[in-house]
Amino acid sequence: MSVHFPFLTLLVFLPAAAAVLIALLPSASAGAAKGIAMVFSVATLVVAAAATVVFRPGFAGFQLVSSHPWVPSFGISWELGVDGISLFLVLLTAVLFPLAVAGASESAKPRSFLAWMMLLEAACMGSFLALDLFLFFVFFELTLVPTYFVIGGWGYAKRTTAALKFFLYTFLGSAFLLVGIVAVALLHKQATGHLTFSLPALAATPGIGGTGGALLFLAFTIAFAVKAPIFPLHTWSPDAYGESPTAGVVVLAGIMAKLGAYGIVRFDFELFPHQTMAFAPLLLTLAVIGIIYGAIVAARQKDLKRMMAYSSLAHLGFIVLGLFALTDIGVAGGVLQMVNHGLFTAALFLLIGMLYRRHGTWQADQLAGLQRRLPILAGVFTVVMMASIGLPGLAGFVGEFMILAGAFISHRWWAVVATTGVVFSAVYLLWAYQRVFHGPEKADQVRSVDLSWTERAVLAPLVALMIFIGVHPQPLLSRITPTVNQLVGHVTGQPARVQTAASVKMASPLRAGSSTPVQVASVTTTAVGSGKGS
Amino acid sequence: MLQAAFLILALPLAGFVLLAIFGRRLGDPAAGYLGALAIAAAFVSALVTWAGLLALPSASRQYQQHLFGWFSAGSLKVPVALLVDPLSMTMALFVTGVATLIHLYSVGYMRGDPQYSKFFVYLNLFVFSMLTLVLSNNLVLTFLGWEGVGACSYWLISFWFHRPSAASAGKKAFIYNRVGDVGFLVAMFLIFDKTHTLNYTAIFAALHGGMLSGPVVTVALLLLFLGAVGKSAQIPLYPWLVDAMEGPTPVSALIHAATMVTAGVYLMTRMSPLLAVSQTASVVVASVGVITAFVAAAAACAQQDIKRVLAYSTVSQLGYMFLAVGAHAYVAAIFLMVAHAFYKALLFLGAGSVIHGMHDEQDIKRMGGLRRYMPVTAATFVVAWLAIGGVPPLAGFWAKGDVLLNAWADARWMWAVGLLTALLTAYYIGRETVLVFYGPERWRSLGPTSASDRSDAHGNASSDPHEAPAVMTLPLVVLAAASVLGGLLNLPFSGMDVLTHWLSPVVTAPRILSLGVSARWTLEAADAVVALLGVALAVGLWRKRSDRQALEPHWLLAGWGLDEAMDRIFARSGTRLAAVAADGDTRVIDGAVMGVARAVRYGGARLRLLQSGYVRNYALGIALGTVVILGYIVSRAAL
Repeated sequence: MSVHFPFLTLLVFLPAAAAVLIALLPSASAGAAKGIAMVFSVATLVVAAAATVVFRPGFAGFQLVSSHPWVPSFGISWELGVDGISLFLVLLTAVLFPLAVAGASESAKPRSFLAWMMLLEAACMGSFLALDLFLFFVFFELTLVPTYFVIGGWGYAKRTTAALKFFLYTFLGSAFLLVGIVAVALLHKQATGHLTFSLPALAATPGIGGTGGALLFLAFTIAFAVKAPIFPLHTWSPDAYGESPTAGVVVLAGIMAKLGAYGIVRFDFELFPHQTMAFAPLLLTLAVIGIIYGAIVAARQKDLKRMMAYSSLAHLGFIVLGLFALTDIGVAGGVLQMVNHGLFTAALFLLIGMLYRRHGTWQADQLAGLQRRLPILAGVFTVVMMASIGLPGLAGFVGEFMILAGAFISHRWWAVVATTGVVFSAVYLLWAYQRVFHGPEKADQVRSVDLSWTERAVLAPLVALMIFIGVHPQPLLSRITPTVNQLVGHVTGQPARVQTAASVKMASPLRAGSSTPVQVASVTTTAVGSGKGS
Repeated sequence: MLQAAFLILALPLAGFVLLAIFGRRLGDPAAGYLGALAIAAAFVSALVTWAGLLALPSASRQYQQHLFGWFSAGSLKVPVALLVDPLSMTMALFVTGVATLIHLYSVGYMRGDPQYSKFFVYLNLFVFSMLTLVLSNNLVLTFLGWEGVGACSYWLISFWFHRPSAASAGKKAFIYNRVGDVGFLVAMFLIFDKTHTLNYTAIFAALHGGMLSGPVVTVALLLLFLGAVGKSAQIPLYPWLVDAMEGPTPVSALIHAATMVTAGVYLMTRMSPLLAVSQTASVVVASVGVITAFVAAAAACAQQDIKRVLAYSTVSQLGYMFLAVGAHAYVAAIFLMVAHAFYKALLFLGAGSVIHGMHDEQDIKRMGGLRRYMPVTAATFVVAWLAIGGVPPLAGFWAKGDVLLNAWADARWMWAVGLLTALLTAYYIGRETVLVFYGPERWRSLGPTSASDRSDAHGNASSDPHEAPAVMTLPLVVLAAASVLGGLLNLPFSGMDVLTHWLSPVVTAPRILSLGVSARWTLEAADAVVALLGVALAVGLWRKRSDRQALEPHWLLAGWGLDEAMDRIFARSGTRLAAVAADGDTRVIDGAVMGVARAVRYGGARLRLLQSGYVRNYALGIALGTVVILGYIVSRAAL
């Protein structure tokens, strides 16, 4: 297969086409809608898998780049590309959508539900692939609309409020992002006389300094921090996760939360290396607070979906900790953990959905002793729970270990406090498990039946991936680390690859701030140049 | 032959996978025999590997087997690789040996349990984890095994999950262990930060190369010791092990003898080159060890539950092992660990046989005179009592004597506390043995407790206690023989200290070599006298009576109140903290957000003439406003 094959454009267009096709169907044809959604999302997965195969490991820059002018007068182009950081997020998106669609049991108006879901997949794909800031913004905003309608249309009791809160909160964050994007492009034009929204070109601009740079960094970061979420901008998530239908929350927590973390590493790191260094202690502190605080509040939740929302806050805290550790090990761990978190969060929400289907509730105190009637569901829940807790041999451990080891090298005390989070994560999950699955069973639960074959088929790929990544994450890491090494070099002003303990400690924010822009620029341009050449 | 090392891990893993997939179809007892076979095969592989190691000259007995790369990024490279040396082989041999017997015993013990095959799934994974822990050539893979045994103990302790007490005990075990794990993790980060490696031999090379300063070594060791305190149930993290007897009895035997609590002692022994240069860490380890030994032994004297006595006994014996480690007597620690594995497995399996025969009765005050009904169990239990009590010439006498000799050479007060603990040890196990197997048949008059109907593992209660089937008594006999002869591993006579020579390439030689012959014999004689005194006390006090409240004060029954204190300090205040935090999240943080939203809505209502009231218009307003403000700031900043 030639490398000129438009893999990435297809990844956006296939689900978008499915959305259009489903919307055009006559309203009665529910089966056809589901069929189209499955066929197209599986086709997207096949393309994503093929792109992963074609992707060259050991190579830092963007690959499979497709670039076409879109609005030339404003310097906006359809520019898509994939590198070690986005590759597995794209694959994760492609894996989770068919499973979310297959695992969903939304019976009311399935046609419009599926159309929104497919549009959401296209938007998520676009967000992870876009190399043009304006294009990214369009996709990033486009994720909001289907999510709003999915929560508002197919959610539970307080869905309207939750959907509105989600929409307004994230939209407010996006407003900052829009301002930031426009300002970055204009400042670039001021400096070079050339208007462009292309990330590689903008990243090569000499860094923006002073208060303006700091404000722009914050504008970007707030948008991403809301989306992730990062403490204290998280309070939309318990409502949105709690009221969202299963398929919606799988995407919301499994994929869109990563969009926030991805935005930070893709845009903050590339565009604002100096500010990233300068603000790292702040973000690290918020991350550590999120880890501890999220886990403590999670322990109090009897509502399993709200518990998962706080659990996500804690896990995203780990991811942000790894990213802002700004060491090759920590950032690589953070990127890997984005994928891992996507897998086990999605699986847990699917399992909670399956419990709801049987017992009409996800309140832990209304369930008990389910392990007796549902041994397989309980077994899968246990494995996924252990992956989330970070049991070595399953997906969560490797990422968490790298994050903490990487953070320890550059920011020792943050890492030490964060490590205590491993106790708390065990507390809330084991407690929830005990409430739901252990103890004597309740009288009204005797009818429940264990996992159906469809449900097993939905969960099996996720469990298999968790075990695979837990035992042999090297195929992922060998593709992630080259990009990460180069990016860490870009941010810290150190030459890539030779990140030792000593060199990171020497690089105080001030020193990095004084590093020559020329050096930073040259690193980035070579990478992008060779990326296009492939 | 050394290449067979990977089989020691692969066979239990294969057993686990096969049982997980086909276990339910195999059923009872085929699944059990498959599980036992996997572990027995691992034992044979360990023997083969051991033979390979023996064939090498003493100084070069070290073999690393690289299986595959686990993960790597930057300078962090973590392989799945094994370190075969005298220490890891000693561990592998006794773990697989004792575990095989426990598996065999479980085939009979678990008969009729509705989750029969699942039990062996966990059991095989448990043994696999422990073997990974001891055979790994680096700290991270050891941590995999370390966490693996933690998870398996969680599953097995809460095996009868419908009992709330079992479910809580399992959770407690995991969480207590996780507290220790924080120490283990941070120690790894610190060591990696300083040495850029987590491979044992490379760490020791870095130590000798001067890459680790004194304070760093001490901090790293204390952090690792926190992990060991959690895993090996020392003060203050031992309450989980006492509750862990909620699991089926073979699980207790496995946890206490072979696959879990010895991990902490192993880890500290493995890191002995670091301990050798940190006197501070050594003193801490020894002090915690000896104090735990005494405290737990005292608590054991007042327990009523046949398994609780044994649980406190294990805590106490592990304390001895840490005393030895802290006194730089690593060989003595391993010697006691192996000897303890024999007689503690025997005690637990014997207790299981009693519980089985008494139809799930566990209160020793409701037993008595059982030797007439279960002669094999009684005889082997007595052997185990004399062995753990330190009566010569059984294994415990030599092993504990070795520890106490070293304590004498290290610090006299530790030796004194250790000797007092030895007296208590002979006494409390004696109390249990006498109350269970001798004296009047109290169960005839007292009737069963309510506790006796709590397990669904065994069928309906018939009248008299009965002896266990051969599949259960055979392991008892083998372990009894090992408990008698275990001392041969390391006799304190020149040329007969086999274990000392065998381990000499890995750990430094003990200091007692400087002790004079007469001093040694005096100390050994003191041990023997103390042991016999304890035995005599137990028989004298409990032969006729089963009720001496003065000797069983409530605070000792409650284990010095440590469990209660931990519960009060951490569990309850933790729950309260979570409640406050959850409340604060809704009221303060979300309250602020919703407050802003209400203010906007209020403003919107005021401006209703201008605005339509639709949400999207608010959003648009917010967006535009922000654009204007930020645009202004940016343009100012850019100029």
